[in-house]
Order: sequence, then C-alpha cells, then structure tokens
Amino acid sequence: MWLGLQSFGAFLAYVSCFLATLLCVIYGIINWNKPKEDEAFEIQEEIEWEKHDPELSNGGGK
Amino acid sequence: MNYLLIGIVVIIYLIITAFLGYLGYIRTKNTSDYLLAGRKAHPVIMALSYGATFISTSAIVGFGAAASIYGFGILWLTFMNIFVGIFIAFAFFGIRTRKMGHNLDAHTFPEFLGLRFQSKFLQLASGLLIFIAMPLYAASVIIGGTQFLSQSLRISYEAALIFFVAIVSIYVIMGGLKGVMYTDAFQGTIMFIGMLLLVIFTYAKLGGVVNAHKALTALAPEAIKIWGNLGHQGWTALPKFNSIFWWQLFSTIVMGVGIGVLAQPQLVVRFMTVKSGHEINRANLIGGLFILMMTGGAFVVGNLTNVYFYNTLGKISFLAVEKKTDNIIPLFISSAMPQWFTAIFMVTLLAAAMSTLSSQFHTMGSAFGRDFLEKGLNIKTKNTLLVIKLAMGFTILLSTFLAYYLPHFFEQGSAIIAIGTSLFFGLCASTFLPMYVGAIYTKRITKAGALACFWSGLTSSLLWMMFVHIKESKPLGICKLLFGADSLAKSPVLQNVDPIIVALPISIIFTVVVSLFTKPPSEKFLNKVFKGIK
Repeated sequence: MWLGLQSFGAFLAYVSCFLATLLCVIYGIINWNKPKEDEAFEIQEEIEWEKHDPELSNGGGK
Repeated sequence: MNYLLIGIVVIIYLIITAFLGYLGYIRTKNTSDYLLAGRKAHPVIMALSYGATFISTSAIVGFGAAASIYGFGILWLTFMNIFVGIFIAFAFFGIRTRKMGHNLDAHTFPEFLGLRFQSKFLQLASGLLIFIAMPLYAASVIIGGTQFLSQSLRISYEAALIFFVAIVSIYVIMGGLKGVMYTDAFQGTIMFIGMLLLVIFTYAKLGGVVNAHKALTALAPEAIKIWGNLGHQGWTALPKFNSIFWWQLFSTIVMGVGIGVLAQPQLVVRFMTVKSGHEINRANLIGGLFILMMTGGAFVVGNLTNVYFYNTLGKISFLAVEKKTDNIIPLFISSAMPQWFTAIFMVTLLAAAMSTLSSQFHTMGSAFGRDFLEKGLNIKTKNTLLVIKLAMGFTILLSTFLAYYLPHFFEQGSAIIAIGTSLFFGLCASTFLPMYVGAIYTKRITKAGALACFWSGLTSSLLWMMFVHIKESKPLGICKLLFGADSLAKSPVLQNVDPIIVALPISIIFTVVVSLFTKPPSEKFLNKVFKGIK
C-alpha cells in the first residue's frame, strides 16, 4: 500500500504532481531575476514598440 | 440550500468583477493595451490569468466526475498540466515567445505565426480556424456555466444564458485584455481558495489522507463489477494496459488535454503580456501551485466522492447520481459540505466559467477582427479597436446562439461540453504545435513547412474525428450517414484512440519533411526574428 493507494502507478501519479509543482516553485525562485535583461535595451525596445504601434486610437475611457 | 446566502455572495462577486472590468476599461488606451494588456502585466496576474483561463467549470465538474470513474490514474493529467502546461510552457516556450513576439511586433497568436513565417495566408487561415472552431468550445463553456447558474439560482436556462453572457461580454468588450486579466486574477484567487477548502474538508471528513485512500482502495470490487470488462481494476490502481479504459484515460484525457494546452492561442498570447522574461519565470511558481490545487484538487475530490456516497447511500458516485455524472460534484458539495461553503463553491464554479469564457471571447474577437478581416483580407480601417470590438460582438452572438440551440439537439449538454473542448484542444495541437515549436526553436522551418503543418494537422485531425474516434464520430453522425456505421474502425480500442495520437505525428512529419526540401527565409530576416534569443 502506497499512502493507502493500491498500485505503484497511482501512487507515482499522486507524488509526481507534487514533484512537478516543486519543480515549478524551485525554478521560479532560482530564476527570479533571470534572464537579466539590459534595462537600457528594454526601454529602447519599449520606445520602438510605441513608435511602431500606429493604432493609438481612443479605445478606452481616457 | 440557502438561496439568500448564495444570492448575496454572487452579487458581491459580480460587483467586484464589474469594478475590475471597469478598471481595465479606463486603463485601455490603444491596441496594445486592448490586445496585450499594455505588455506590462504583473507576473502574479499573468500566472493567475493563465491558470484561470486554462481551468473552466468543466475542468472541475466534468473532469472531477471523470475522476470518480477513472480513478487516481487521472492524476497523470494533473502531472501533465503542471509539467507540460506550466513548467515546459513557461520555461521553454514563454520567454522565447515573448521575445520573438516583440521582435515581430505581433499582437495575437495567428499574427505571431503569420509574421514569423512571412505568410499572410497563415495568419488569415489560423484566425479563421480559431473563429470557426472556438465558438463551439466557447459554447460548451457557456452551456456548462449556464446549466449551473440556472440550477443553482432556480432560473430558466434562457434567462441564465442571457445573464451570464451579457456580464462577461461587457467587461471583455469594454476592458479588452486588461479587463480580462484583472478579473481573471480575482476569479483565479477565488477558485484557489474554494478548491483548497474543498480538499481539506473532504480529506478531514473521510478520516485523513491515508484513511480516505484506503477506504477507496477497499471499494475496488464495486468498480470492477461495473467496468471490469473495460479494464478497470479499482480507483487506486491504473486500468489494465491496452484496455478501452486505458486508451480513454491515457490517449484522450492525459495526452489529448495534457499536450493540447501548449498551442492554445488564448494561453500563448499571455506570454506576450509581461514586461520582461524573468516575469515569466516568476509566474512559473504561482502557475504550478495554482494548477496543482485546481486539477489535482478536483480529481482527488472526484475520486473520494465514491467513499462518501458509499458510506452514506451505499452506492458509488456513478450510481448515486443515476449515471448523470455531471451531478456528482454538485451533489457531493450540497450534501457533504457545510451550507456556507456551498455558496462559496458556487462562486468558485461561476468564476471558473467566466474566466475561461472571457479569454475565449477576446481571442475569437481578435482572431476574426485583427487576423482575418484586417490583416488577412486587408480591410483597411482607421480604428482597429472598433473592428475588433464589432468582431468580438459577432463571435459572442454566434457562441450564444450555439449555446442556446445545441442542447436542443443533444440529449445531454455534457456530451457537447466534452466534444467542444476536446475538438478544439486536438485541432490546436495538431495544426499549430509543430510549427510553433519550430518557430521559436529553429531557423530551419520554412513557410511551406508551416503551411504543410497547418493543412496536414487540420485534415488528419478532422478525418479521425469524423470517421474513427467514436466520441466525436458518433454524435457528429457523418460516418453513419456515409458508411452506415458510427466508426470505420472495427476494433473498440482503435475507436478510442484520440486524434492527437495520430494527427500530431503526421503534422510533425509534414512540417519537417517539407521544410527540409524548401528554402529557409533570408538570414537577415531570421537575425531580426531571433534577436536577443539564444
């Protein structure tokens, strides 16, 4: 009996869910500030995007 | 059931949703805001929005019910949802998609593919496919939400339908993706708390984790009595290898839904909404926890309803609801949980339906307005937003029309819900996934290869659905009309092999082979596309 489950396959499914979540959590923490992007490059990219977005139409409330 | 309490909780919930939709509206100033939430979404909002869009009411009620039949093996789908749907999607697809989306100046998933492969036709065809196939998926989510609303508030199906669609439409059309993501994050939080409480209550009621599992293990003979000939070996064991149950579980449920999520247009677009790459890595953490709770929670509770109903009614869940499986989770909630929790859980389910539907409306509208009409057919307009809003309104009407009429043609609404969902997931996986992976990972996939992927995936999926896979071919009825049989496959095992198992390898082969024999785009173009991507 595995945590009260009859087969190892079902037990493995149960445990794998937690392991996969742990992987997401650890990966998120380790890479919290990665990829480290050049801030100046980001700002430049944003300016370019705004420039090339021709549809600055009045879509919202302001 | 305390209808006053439910009514008060629902009204508070709707007021907050309306406020968040309004917030999205006043913060939307241009097309980027409307289609990509201004590309400055917070990682927590992005992760919750991704998760809440992913999980609909049918994922909780429908798949929870499926869990009460298939057993703990269905947790392999939760594993796939977390590992493939979150970890792989965010870590391996997300950052590259965001960067490439910026390099290409893409606003939607079809636009991303069209620009990447320098094919207007691909953008048009992908937009059209989403516009045609998604209303059925959206209709199935509407049917699920409407049935639930009409039953819980004791109003007619028609009244619930109008009420439900009208609320979601208003904040999607007005607030764009900002409205969608703000409300998603709120709805996702409610869903997480609701499910967490449900799991704790369920395990506590049945004497703790191990005792609850042991009690379910002891019920194995009951399952074998009903489904033993199909391969069932008890809820806490996997079905017999190569049996009908095994194929249904692993090909349709685990693989079909588990892999299909990678190429969902409404989810891919989320990657392009965040400010920088590391926001996606941060979102990985929240996304993993959210999906574990939502699908893992629903599946474990679905399984354990068998113990509860056996202890109280002397019947397993499937028999306790007289085989109307969609009633398993609602019946369990109303009979096993405290009354105040019933109200909370009602709102949880309403939030799940609304968060999925809002993104569907947004994706359909942008696919039809931006990708098909404006970019594909080159219809020039001074106001892109107006075209997208009008297109959105049209697709909403179409989905609502389907949601109104479809239940009249089919005995059980749940049949449509399952078909609509699996059809869309299957089609997306086979038509988009190989070229999407190729687009972000290799410079060698060509425009011809991408088009071959689209057509081979689409035709092989549709043919398998119409003529072989009995879950779709039987209700569609085309095979019966032409050949006098529900499926051309004689073997019951083959009839249960999901389209994705056949169509995805076919479209992968076509993508690779056609690309090998055709010329890749110019080095200059590829350098621009892969700028900043290692």
